[in-house]
Amino acid sequence: MTEAVVNSKPFQWTAKFLAKFGLSGRGLVIAVPTLWLLVFFLIPFIVVLKISFAEAMIARPPYSKLIEPTDSGFAINFSFLSYQYLVEDGLYLAAYGSSLRIAFFSTLFALLIGYPMAYFIARSSGQWRNILLMLVIMPFWTSFLLRVYAWIGILKGNGYINNLLLSLGIINEPLVMMQTDFAVYVGIVYTYLPFMILPLYANLVKLDGSLLEASSDLGAKPIMTFLTITLPLSLPGILAGCMLVFIPVVGEFVIPALLGGPDTNMIGRVLWDEFFRNRDWPTASAVAIIMLLVLVLPIMLLQKAQDGQNQDKSGI
Amino acid sequence: MNNKFRFLPIATFLGFAFLYVPIIVLVVFSFNKSKLVTVWGGFSAHWYGELLQDPQILGAAWISLQIAFISASLALVLGTLAAFVLTRIGRFWFKPLLSGMTAAPLVMPEVITGLSLLLLFVAMEAMFGWPAGRGFTTIVIAHTTFCLAYVAVVVQSRLSDMDESIEEAARDLGAKPVRVFFDITLPTIAPALMSGWLLSFTLSLDDLVIASFVSGPGASTLPMVIFSKVRLGVSPEINALASLMIGVVALGVAIAAWQLLKSPQKSKA
Repeated sequence: MTEAVVNSKPFQWTAKFLAKFGLSGRGLVIAVPTLWLLVFFLIPFIVVLKISFAEAMIARPPYSKLIEPTDSGFAINFSFLSYQYLVEDGLYLAAYGSSLRIAFFSTLFALLIGYPMAYFIARSSGQWRNILLMLVIMPFWTSFLLRVYAWIGILKGNGYINNLLLSLGIINEPLVMMQTDFAVYVGIVYTYLPFMILPLYANLVKLDGSLLEASSDLGAKPIMTFLTITLPLSLPGILAGCMLVFIPVVGEFVIPALLGGPDTNMIGRVLWDEFFRNRDWPTASAVAIIMLLVLVLPIMLLQKAQDGQNQDKSGI
Repeated sequence: MNNKFRFLPIATFLGFAFLYVPIIVLVVFSFNKSKLVTVWGGFSAHWYGELLQDPQILGAAWISLQIAFISASLALVLGTLAAFVLTRIGRFWFKPLLSGMTAAPLVMPEVITGLSLLLLFVAMEAMFGWPAGRGFTTIVIAHTTFCLAYVAVVVQSRLSDMDESIEEAARDLGAKPVRVFFDITLPTIAPALMSGWLLSFTLSLDDLVIASFVSGPGASTLPMVIFSKVRLGVSPEINALASLMIGVVALGVAIAAWQLLKSPQKSKA
């Protein structure tokens, strides 16, 4: 069947036609995904960078042109207004600070909750391991938006937790949990926990059990074995899991918008408001550029962790 | 030792409870008769009926399903090509760039992806007159781009696990590269292609942030409608919608698990 297609006249003609332009089948296979990603992933960042140096104005599109034709040629209008604005208005710096803080602590909480789970799954036997792993993956397949939404009903003033505690007489007044940083932490850890567990599991499942046996045979207590063998060997998994949580959380919008209060200032939300509410595209672009610069180091760490994991694989 | 054995199962159990209790509560209360969502007022499927008569939600769901189908299919082709290039084709000078560009969309904060694509579309429209306005097409392009990365990761890991000697054997026997790909490689990685497509489909169906940036008037996806309703508070209709979507996924996963459990026996026999 395939042979018939390959040997068919139209296929041969197309191949010859493309070869005329120096495009072999190999070149074409490389070119298609590369071009798509260049146009729709890389070039957009250049556009963002460009617009971050423009000035906001009431026009369509709502920013000034960087290069404008004049009588005597071209005028180049580079403006650092947006960046100046970011530095001078304390709100933006505070938002970057609190995004990094929230991302850091929620990554830590996700690690503390996720590590024992990943370890337990990696050590459990065949059938159970598959079932538990499926239970970790399943939330990936259910709507993220709706899972965050589920927490509103649980945490709000007349929500399930308050109703339960009030009816049991444990509290007399409803606890304020919605629209606080607490709710944002819960929502983030809840949503990103599978991203932490999966790389940790992938790492821990490769851990050679005989090393642990040797350690305990030599008289090490379980905690010593954990600290001197399991933990150091799982560092690439820890790094990968932490970065997979930390990086997207820094720019998170939905969770602070739904669960956070007016004083939960995360940079993703600031960017959103700048764009949709203030229609200030240059400032939104500058916010994005600075966020990218902040994330360069974590992204490089992630790349390193994943290369490390892959090398382990090929080493075996 | 004893201590450790008690700690791990309990921690794991609590972790899973944390992951699943909110979903269970949501499903249970979707059958609540009362309009006060969090107070139980008796069993009723009333809100499911309301949901199925809400033209706004139904319309948005239809748009979202179409976008998800097209994006997932495009992402499958492009992502598989990218994965193939990265695992099977030797060095070329921009390979590290391609590798970076396929991995980066996975972790890129959605607000950045959304903003950058929108600005690109605006600039392209100003320069070439295409895409004229924003809506269905621009959302499809945006979703294809980030789903492509997920497909590439899934397919890449399958390709690098696969035994390359079968492909070599086919080549040695004189099969052309195209034929080796379609007759040997593709059937072997078919399960990965399936899960890549399904993952893309659900990711596209679920995306709020990127779609909000690149959408225009008239193209509201389901998450956009849900978000605008949810911002006003908890609604029994959304509970019903969430339960329906979770039900479909649970069914899908159950079928997939059943197939998985069935297949090893088949291969043994």
